Amino acid sequence: MFSLSVIVLLPAVALAAQQEKYSVGRPATVEQIRGLGAAIAPDGGGLPEGSGTVAAGREVFAARCAKCHGEKAAGDIGPALVGGQGTLATVKPFKTVGSFWPHATTVWDYVNRAMPFNEPGLLKPPEVYAVVAYILSLNGIIGKDQIMDAKTLPKVIMPNRDGFVADPRPDVGVKPAKKK
Amino acid sequence: MSVSGRSSRRRMLGFGAALGGGLLSGNAVSSAADGVPGQLGIPLGPYGERSPFEKVARWRRDTKTPETGSSSTPLQDSVGTITPSSLHYERHHAGIPTLDPAMHRLVIHGMVDRPLSLTMAEIRRLPSVSRTLVLECGGNSGSEWAPKGAPDVQRSFGLVSCSEWTGVPLALVLKEVGIQAGASWVIAEGADACRMARSIPLAKALDNILLAYGQNGEAIRPAQGYPLRLVIPGWEGNANVKWLHSLKLTGQPYMTRDETSKYSDLMPDGKARIFTFQMEAKSVITFPSGGQTLAGTGLYELTGLAWSGRGRIERVEITSDGGRSWVDAELQEPRLPIALTRFRLPWRFEGKEALIASRATDESGYVQPTREALIAVRGTNSGYHFNGIKLWKVQADGTVTNV
Ligand code: HEC
Repeated sequence: MFSLSVIVLLPAVALAAQQEKYSVGRPATVEQIRGLGAAIAPDGGGLPEGSGTVAAGREVFAARCAKCHGEKAAGDIGPALVGGQGTLATVKPFKTVGSFWPHATTVWDYVNRAMPFNEPGLLKPPEVYAVVAYILSLNGIIGKDQIMDAKTLPKVIMPNRDGFVADPRPDVGVKPAKKK
Repeated sequence: MSVSGRSSRRRMLGFGAALGGGLLSGNAVSSAADGVPGQLGIPLGPYGERSPFEKVARWRRDTKTPETGSSSTPLQDSVGTITPSSLHYERHHAGIPTLDPAMHRLVIHGMVDRPLSLTMAEIRRLPSVSRTLVLECGGNSGSEWAPKGAPDVQRSFGLVSCSEWTGVPLALVLKEVGIQAGASWVIAEGADACRMARSIPLAKALDNILLAYGQNGEAIRPAQGYPLRLVIPGWEGNANVKWLHSLKLTGQPYMTRDETSKYSDLMPDGKARIFTFQMEAKSVITFPSGGQTLAGTGLYELTGLAWSGRGRIERVEITSDGGRSWVDAELQEPRLPIALTRFRLPWRFEGKEALIASRATDESGYVQPTREALIAVRGTNSGYHFNGIKLWKVQADGTVTNV
């Protein structure tokens, strides 16, 4: 009797595991999702309202960034944020926001989520737009009177926009057989 | 008869133990010898500590900001294949957050039918799996691209560790939210100060990624992502986002800072490879290795570690003549896929200079290349994903140095 019931029950249990959902958790709220780093897509998806000028960005930078990145953003405690264009294919490449980063949206996203290093999340969206505009202008990527907002920022053409390629490995040594 | 037999045996053991203790340290407490009363040890306790004689530690690369940087596992002192959680390598970008698991939530949102918020208790209610997996920083052995690498195996190869990870298959959780048509990437974000984020192909998320909360039989250590992290079999450490609090399903990668500015491989033509997730087959001799000194000529057990992001290690060969001839090392079983595999070979040091190295082959047939072969294709500025053969020079006097 006992063993029979086990035999009868087992397939039913297995079936339940395959078809049923565990239905754990609660629906995520809009506020919860908004609180999560606000990841920005390269096409600008996720960028908030607000705008910033290069002039305003110069002030944000002097107040909030210069002590670590240097007054001219040439690097100190934090890495350099200017220079290096034209060096990537040389023996001494100098990778910065200006020379290496493929998307201006990434600068916005990173400054918004991670900077200032010791107080991330401190800046309001207009300040982020402004300081990003300032860094881009320091690199000669945008003009001094360009205004950055959710429309203009994704349209900025970064010098190294086409500098990234897919992973071709295995590229060295004996190649493994291709998967069937 | 039997009584005297036992006592003489005991004397021998006692003598051995006393001698061993004396050698270790002048005033160490040895086990009781005949006629000397024993001494009680320390009481039992709730959470274990290692012996006060053990000093092995991680090595931290100096940085201007101590919250960002890395610390390396002491591979030269490792035994077996599991890395103690306390010695697991670290790589953080904004320090280690202190997260209360009762407050922690994983939110899954973006291109899903039912955006979901999960507590740790709910995640732990789901069916779990445990897998022993190697985790390697994409920047491990970055020093080897330079002409003169780091002096020892800890500094040059120590951003690799192996743990038993326990958690829930991410695929199972994603089934619960209803993935929408067109979703192809998952943006994973941590709850550390910088909200470290990486884009991961959805196909991999549906294949074998773990939402891990357990490491080596207990909760994941804070430095390893407590209370929740991604564990992605075979992929570079940085993508295994720690302190995981958000998974956003999208139709494109987000090109975050840590997948563009960092962890991309710059080639000689100025183009950088992006999303170089998989860690390729690699091995290194941990004894004898740089900084160590052999106690004299004679027989030694040469040993080291091999691993591959593509699966099992099939073979490790050893050279002691700089690569002219190779012999097979013995591989410790079981050889688990994408896990550290210990290799060993009895080796006689003749008091003559020897150039020793190991070369791993994985189950895909991929053979660990030489440093020169890597550089011929990738140049010296790619920074990440170095898996070249590592030579150590054993000098005639028994000292071992980096080559
Ligand atoms: C307390 C010091 C400090 C302050 C203040 C600071 N930063 Fe940083 N910044 C850093 C450090 C350190 C890093 C490198 C972080 C890492 O390695 O993960 C960094 C990295 C960056 C990067 C990425 C550079 C790259 O090439 O990867 C950008 C962009 C940046 N900071 C912008 C800013 C801006 C804008 C501000 C002001 C709003 C700012 N930082 C304030 C220390 C600081």
